[in-house]
Amino acid sequence: MKLSTRHLLGLEGTPKKDLELILDTAVSFREVLDRPIKKVPPLRGKTVVNLFYEPSTRTRISFDLAEKRLSADSISFSASTSSVKKGESLKDTVRNIEAMKIDMVVVRHKSPGVPYYLTQCMEANIINAGDGQHEHPTQGLLDIFTMRQKYKKIKGLRVLLVGDIKHSRVARSNIWGLQTLGASVAICGPTTLLPYEAEKMGVDIYTNIDEAMEGVDVVNILRIQLERQEAGLFPSQREYTNLFGISRERLKRLNKNFTIMHPGPMNRGVEISNEVADSKESVILSQVTNGQAVRMSVLYLLSGVDEKETPTT
Amino acid sequence: MEFDLLIINGQLIDSGFGFSKKADVGIKDGKIAKIFEPGKLTKKVISAMPKDRVIDATGAIVTPGFVDIHVHFREPGREDKETIQSGSQAAAAGGFTTVCCMPNTSPAIDNQETVKFVTSLAEKGDCRVFCIGAITKNREGKELAEIGDLVKAGVVAISDDGDYVQDPNVMRRALEYAKMFTVPVITHAEDEYLVGEGVMNESYTSSKLGMVGRPAVAEEIAVIRDIKLAGLANSHIHIAHISTAGAVEAVRRGKAEGIKVTAEVAPHHFTLTDELIEKVFDTNLRVNPPIRSENDRQAVIEGLADGTIDCIATDHAPHTDEEKDTTFDGAPPGMIGLETSLALSITELVDKGFLTLPDLLSKMSYNPAQIVGLTPNRLGEGETADLTVFNPDKSWVVKRDKFKSKSKNSPFVGRKLKGKVLATIMEGRVTFQNK
Repeated sequence: MKLSTRHLLGLEGTPKKDLELILDTAVSFREVLDRPIKKVPPLRGKTVVNLFYEPSTRTRISFDLAEKRLSADSISFSASTSSVKKGESLKDTVRNIEAMKIDMVVVRHKSPGVPYYLTQCMEANIINAGDGQHEHPTQGLLDIFTMRQKYKKIKGLRVLLVGDIKHSRVARSNIWGLQTLGASVAICGPTTLLPYEAEKMGVDIYTNIDEAMEGVDVVNILRIQLERQEAGLFPSQREYTNLFGISRERLKRLNKNFTIMHPGPMNRGVEISNEVADSKESVILSQVTNGQAVRMSVLYLLSGVDEKETPTT
Repeated sequence: MEFDLLIINGQLIDSGFGFSKKADVGIKDGKIAKIFEPGKLTKKVISAMPKDRVIDATGAIVTPGFVDIHVHFREPGREDKETIQSGSQAAAAGGFTTVCCMPNTSPAIDNQETVKFVTSLAEKGDCRVFCIGAITKNREGKELAEIGDLVKAGVVAISDDGDYVQDPNVMRRALEYAKMFTVPVITHAEDEYLVGEGVMNESYTSSKLGMVGRPAVAEEIAVIRDIKLAGLANSHIHIAHISTAGAVEAVRRGKAEGIKVTAEVAPHHFTLTDELIEKVFDTNLRVNPPIRSENDRQAVIEGLADGTIDCIATDHAPHTDEEKDTTFDGAPPGMIGLETSLALSITELVDKGFLTLPDLLSKMSYNPAQIVGLTPNRLGEGETADLTVFNPDKSWVVKRDKFKSKSKNSPFVGRKLKGKVLATIMEGRVTFQNK
């Protein structure tokens, strides 16, 4: 089976069968991660460049490991220590990299649309590792994979995203992917941190966290950035935590078999309390492991490797 | 009589005089010497003329030369994007015989010397160029520029275009002061604080894309403020590149109240909507004020139809390929427009029944001239021979390499449009001809 696309730019508009293929394939790769030798050969001989214009530790390492575990040759390029500082344009940087005959690019950039831009000037497969506030498709996929692990199916699941939805690429990818797979999605945060005309996204909107939690299965908590408070979007961290911070007391309205998620890094004590972060309902660390499996799945499927060759040989 | 130039078999439309008739035109010494009724100009006279001095306007319209009161020729400062010379050629190719250029050059047109610099360069060009002077010194929005000096040097209006005069008191004083010289104050009306770092219209599209938006209300508030101040000062305010339904309504109300407010619209605002950005991320779609929603687009068309919007002005804004070939939020805002204005107007407004052709021609020639106090071009014997000859039915495809402008930043490349300029004549000289 193959994906209907050569690239993974976002989850908006990604067909259900592509999402399911990625998630199903990720199951096999998740199993690889439990073996003593966590390495499989499908991407042997392929070269992958991690083009990170924005700082990132966990996503970059996650992709880097995924690539190496698939036996690909992987190289990382970070903007702060490169020719970008000398003024090289985005287009020239990518053309230069492509001239080194690479197969796939994993890109993170502060500007929305950069991954799309790359598909217009490169032959390589492009994977979006986060383009500004637009999308972070592999994060959305790993979040959904994690939910599927626990609940077996996404259809009918009630998921609540809490926090700075307006500026969150994780939220956007989650919303599109979950809706395509039939989940019911709600968002909650201060009005100043909700997207303009958010109702058009097909989500339920709350500004009261206790009301929002009613009947919810999964709470996916987003990080609050200090810069937003500095920009006057909410008055203080204290007020945010009082109104929206997820602490043990707040969880009582959730459905019995509830789950706590967070894409990381966490601001303990701000959007999530210590207790909740370390609770038995928290799958935050599983998300990280699943991230590996999902990224291996995406890399494998996009590389166009012979479909008869199973990933675990 | 011997003529310098003959334009034969054309349909003359002069919306100022209010006629539309078949006629032949004889030009001599830069003026319209004679207008002949059909048949009066003998074949003998025509064949005696050298071939290159007869323009056959069969199937075409002959009309007073177009006037664009909002262009950016990047000289002095960014001659890599456009020069007065190349800009004037682009204007002539678009059917324009007169343009007014905005003062956001480097240095800004906030002093006499820069005005003289621009106008002297324009003398060697293919279009009449009038300067618009800055409202404030160095366009900083703080202190009034020496407007008296600027007017003496020949500016026809003042504007800090590119930026809003954020301090209402400065705008009030500018309107009062400008009144002495009867020049309009042209406002780029977008509240700076509300637009912030916005790169496109604030809408569901900007929400989906994760891009910072410029709310429509930022324009509406700014326009209302400036109209009220114009009312207070009893002075003429002209709204540049109007783009929102709210602003159009504010102008409508202002006119009804007797305030001296006029407005212009750019072709991209009556043609494009912001959903296009989602599909293509084309940096040529990045412009200030941004392209808006379908509701706004229809409102500006209605505004043109009912006279709320007085004229069409392109806001021709050249940028180099290098500058535009980058991320959407990293590209400078603006698109060229001189060479596609007529065709977009015919395709979107006339063909779709929103404006009659004579009405469109008023908006492209007569009205803009009046707004900046220039004598409108007219098709009358003894008048200066500034004319445009165009075929309203001819289809063509916009091609990058055909632009006379130095810059090619147009989102219309590849689009099929209707309405082609055949020839542009300025002071009796053919400044552009489509062979």
